[in-house]
Amino acid sequence: MNANVTELVVFAALFLAVSVMGFVAARWRRPENIESLHEWGLGGRNFGSWITWFLVGGDLYTAYTFVAVPALVFGAGALGFYALPYTVVVYPLVFLVLARMWSVSHVHGFVTPADFVRARFGSPTLALIIAITGLVATMPYIALQLVGIEAVLKTMGITGHLPIIIAFAILAAYTYQSGLRAPALIAFVKDTLIYIVILVAVIYIPAKLGGWGSVFDAAKAKFDATPAPGDGITLNAGNQLQYVTLAFGSALALFLYPHSLTGVLASKNRGVIKRNMAALPAYSFLLGLIALLGFMAIAAGTKPVVGANGKPDTNTIIPALFDQMFPDWFAGVAYAAVGIGALVPAAIMSIAAANLFTRNIYREYLNRDATDAQEAKVSKIVSLVVKVGAVLCILLLDPQFSIDLQLIGGVIILQTLPSVALGLYTRWFHRGGLIAGWVAGMGAGMWMLYLIPNPANGKQHFGGSAFGLSNLGLDTKMTIYAGFLALAVNLVVAVLGTLAFRAFKVADGEDATAREDYFADEGDPGVKDLDLASSS
Amino acid sequence: MPDDKRDRSPWYWLLLVPIAIPLMPFLFNADEPRLFGFPLFYWLQIAFIALGVGTTTLVYQMTKRRRRP
Repeated sequence: MNANVTELVVFAALFLAVSVMGFVAARWRRPENIESLHEWGLGGRNFGSWITWFLVGGDLYTAYTFVAVPALVFGAGALGFYALPYTVVVYPLVFLVLARMWSVSHVHGFVTPADFVRARFGSPTLALIIAITGLVATMPYIALQLVGIEAVLKTMGITGHLPIIIAFAILAAYTYQSGLRAPALIAFVKDTLIYIVILVAVIYIPAKLGGWGSVFDAAKAKFDATPAPGDGITLNAGNQLQYVTLAFGSALALFLYPHSLTGVLASKNRGVIKRNMAALPAYSFLLGLIALLGFMAIAAGTKPVVGANGKPDTNTIIPALFDQMFPDWFAGVAYAAVGIGALVPAAIMSIAAANLFTRNIYREYLNRDATDAQEAKVSKIVSLVVKVGAVLCILLLDPQFSIDLQLIGGVIILQTLPSVALGLYTRWFHRGGLIAGWVAGMGAGMWMLYLIPNPANGKQHFGGSAFGLSNLGLDTKMTIYAGFLALAVNLVVAVLGTLAFRAFKVADGEDATAREDYFADEGDPGVKDLDLASSS
Repeated sequence: MPDDKRDRSPWYWLLLVPIAIPLMPFLFNADEPRLFGFPLFYWLQIAFIALGVGTTTLVYQMTKRRRRP
């Protein structure tokens, strides 16, 4: 037990220190009046390159990622490494797209992707669909951050739900108080801790295990010995297409999540975004190294902690590895890195979800004449509700349910791509066609996920994202990422629907944006004068 | 006035390179040759990060808006 006390003291001390920072953040770069969504929800829309780098990095590379990616590599090998190409491909892919999103959002005062769709396609219905899709995709993601903290607590021997409730109550309080400024400030600490822990881990642990070569050899020996066909330290003929489509599909989905856009819209000009697209892959390097921790766990013979249900919880594999390899005090630092790593994205996600509700449901349907102060008030309260919901998800439901929902979340958020991402480039689509495409894509995605079993834990449905092409009558063992196929269905239906609606001359919505809005930058007329006190 | 020249440059086509290369498994799906004990699959994909950073930085520098007089 003594070992756990040292770990726990270090963990608790660091956790409390960042909580204090969260409350103090309200005074950081203090605005005259924080009572508007541009201030509370987007930190004054004035973050420079460094803050944006920490904020967006802290947001995209979450505690759950740090726990689940190596757990996947531990279980399946090479396939789990998809996270690396995914985060290499994403930045050149969105380099221009995000700059356009920034411009049009600043000219028109948009806070959420649904705000943009509302103005671009003149359709409150389509905007509502986009907002609800965003909310449904984000909620389980917040709950999963709790799974990350729980994995760490379990390894320290702490059971019961009280610590999680306390941690989230503190998080909820300072997010309420400080808005986006809190995670922006805490992200500095989080990322510094994670960089230190991972760099130490990738030098220290392989050295103790006889070098990288023997780490990979041990992994290869383990996968060769198992009967499962899909694992190994390289890909096989059956899962290459899955690897590529999963990496590409995840890259397409990443910046469709409302919380990713929150960090982007909070930056002060287009240059900040473009510089960050070049600098954010530093985190991908880190993620690649973290993924390899899964192989180290194999080489070290680490056993995951057995959960309350008597089954080993694979998400604890990395905390267990740290416990086994590091001195107690440093294991405590590593756990704090994961725990704090959960707070930053959870705060940003709850802010993004709250903004979606406020802008696209409250303001659209409940109170059309909402003032800025009312919007900020509603958002602050909704951010609390969202976090209570996330805690309840973990307390009342099987955590597996959140993991399933998050898997579904990636597939459904992709269905907003035609409206949000393609909408930035073309107004060709008819609003009716986009709605039809969304319905078809959602239907196809759900159907495919339903058909995917997971032989590892005996689940019949929603067992993963690798859809066997044999389900479509093809004679092959190849699998493909379900979200990718669902998006293809969505696009085909959106195109056909648009042609049909045009042919029957169904009225289309008005486009409230102008061509030059998409290139505007800080200092241009209309942007310089963006009056943060009066949202349009 | 902002104009669409800002988002048009042949340099942007270069961004397709770091998107396409990491999505071609035949380039890296092998154990040998190893580098510092890392199988090709791992060290080459980690090296693609440098390709991504290099290309994106180059494109950013070449298309950066000059300060207006």
